Amino acid sequence: MSLLKAEGLGIQFGGLKAVDEFNFEMNQNQLYGLIGPNGAGKTTVFNLLTGVYKPTSGQIIFNGKSLLKMTPTQITQLGIARTFQNIRLFKKMSVIDNVKVGLHHSQNYSLLSSILHLPSYFKGEEAMHEMAMSLLRVFDLEKYADVKAGNLPYGKQRKLEIARALATSPKLLLLDEPAAGMNPIETEELMETIKIVREKFSIAILLIEHDMKLVMGICEKIAVLNFGTVLAFGTPDEIKNNPDVIAAYLGNEE
Amino acid sequence: MKKKQIKDLIISFIAALVIYGLIMFLMSAGVVDYYWSGILIMACINVILATSLNLASGYLGQLTLGHAGFMSVGAYTSALCSLYLHLPFLLSLLIGAIAACLIGILIGIPTLRLKGDYLCIITLAFNEIIRVIMLNLSITNGAKGLMGFQAMNIDFSVYFISAVITIYVIYCVVKSRHGRAIISICEDETASELSGIPTSYYKILAFAISAFFAGVAGGLYAQYMGMLVPSTFDYNKSVEILVMVVLGGLGNLKGSIIAAIVMTILPEYLRAFADYRMLLYAVVLIAAMIIKEKNLGPRIKSKFFKNKTVEVDD
Repeated sequence: MSLLKAEGLGIQFGGLKAVDEFNFEMNQNQLYGLIGPNGAGKTTVFNLLTGVYKPTSGQIIFNGKSLLKMTPTQITQLGIARTFQNIRLFKKMSVIDNVKVGLHHSQNYSLLSSILHLPSYFKGEEAMHEMAMSLLRVFDLEKYADVKAGNLPYGKQRKLEIARALATSPKLLLLDEPAAGMNPIETEELMETIKIVREKFSIAILLIEHDMKLVMGICEKIAVLNFGTVLAFGTPDEIKNNPDVIAAYLGNEE
Repeated sequence: MKKKQIKDLIISFIAALVIYGLIMFLMSAGVVDYYWSGILIMACINVILATSLNLASGYLGQLTLGHAGFMSVGAYTSALCSLYLHLPFLLSLLIGAIAACLIGILIGIPTLRLKGDYLCIITLAFNEIIRVIMLNLSITNGAKGLMGFQAMNIDFSVYFISAVITIYVIYCVVKSRHGRAIISICEDETASELSGIPTSYYKILAFAISAFFAGVAGGLYAQYMGMLVPSTFDYNKSVEILVMVVLGGLGNLKGSIIAAIVMTILPEYLRAFADYRMLLYAVVLIAAMIIKEKNLGPRIKSKFFKNKTVEVDD
């Protein structure tokens, strides 16, 4: 059974069909890329998958359940986590607290037990702290645990956002342009991080990216989106040599 | 982490105990007279109001102008409970607080979909609705005011302990996973939702806790004043509480406490300039906003204190 399946997915803003007849399938522990020219609807697809937008047509099945009637919160709890194109951290909270927000559902001590400082509160907080620290360690952020998230350098903010997304213990991680604004060295580092994440957490990853070196380097399969529809789907080599894709990016020789 | 938290709590409790002991000593020694003990009681009530509003406006980030409305629900409910049902004071206080909490939830469910100015205006409208209802009900005795419900054996301790409990509970809420969820909503609601936080639930939870303690403050206020008129709980009262919160710093519990105390005591000293009091509030508020907006705070701080700033290197 596939992990994620989108069938004929579409959304219309007024007269504009931002995404139309989007068909896509992903299995567990796969690493796919989603590319396409600007305005092709890549981020819109992410917003549809995470419930930020409600599709006007089509169906999304995740782990055997339809996501159509679910709120973003429910979808996240079901196992889809994401990062954002323009980093959206909780800037005034500390780095570790950002991760702890993601870990919210890992513990279930009640409000009353925290007011009365019952053992369950301390146990829950202790466990949360340990989990958050071990996540930060994966991303080399443990020494910044008490720094305000907004004060981190850009590359580390990107990493923290991935850490926060992973804290929700997802089965599928959506990365929206994780390498945007990074220099080549940081991008290199990020590629390594993504590989580590995938192996360590054994999750599926779908990423939007403009950095072709990164996409071609780590993705198993790539979907190319143009004007809201899937133009091509295949391995990096197939995509590289696909005339339709080249035309979409560079224009036709006519 | 656990030890440090417990240590902090114990220190805070000892500090509260020392302050309490000091005030009680001064009262029994006659240094703090009847007039001043009244002001101290009002300070306790205002501390409850400011810290509870801080949860909704500071931590949750929803600017509301209806806090006096919840206060009046608590005040009238507890007063009516002791007047007609002859319930003991603490029980009627609790019932008043629960009533305020329920009204808070009732108002919160439809209004918390709104943000910013819109929420501000709609909560303001609810405040007025509650006031007008109190004015027109026969059971509340309308504009003539409600009287004769005072319990005799309530002294300063009750007000002080209530304030300490309020601060403690709000502190605990903020320091728990629930508090982090509430703060994350303030920071970025979409990101919070997509981190798996049930945002509507936590918004209403914060609002309900906030209203609950406003109800407590109202019940205490009724007890202290011995008479309730609806006009006390008008728009000005809500603004006054909000000013305390903003002055003390949104999302700053200590700040709210200090601001509430200062803003209770200061007007007493400024009685000679009573006409200009509101003018002063405005000036102080504008100054606070400029300092915050232009981020002059750190610069002023570094001018007066030599403090180290934490820099993060890559």
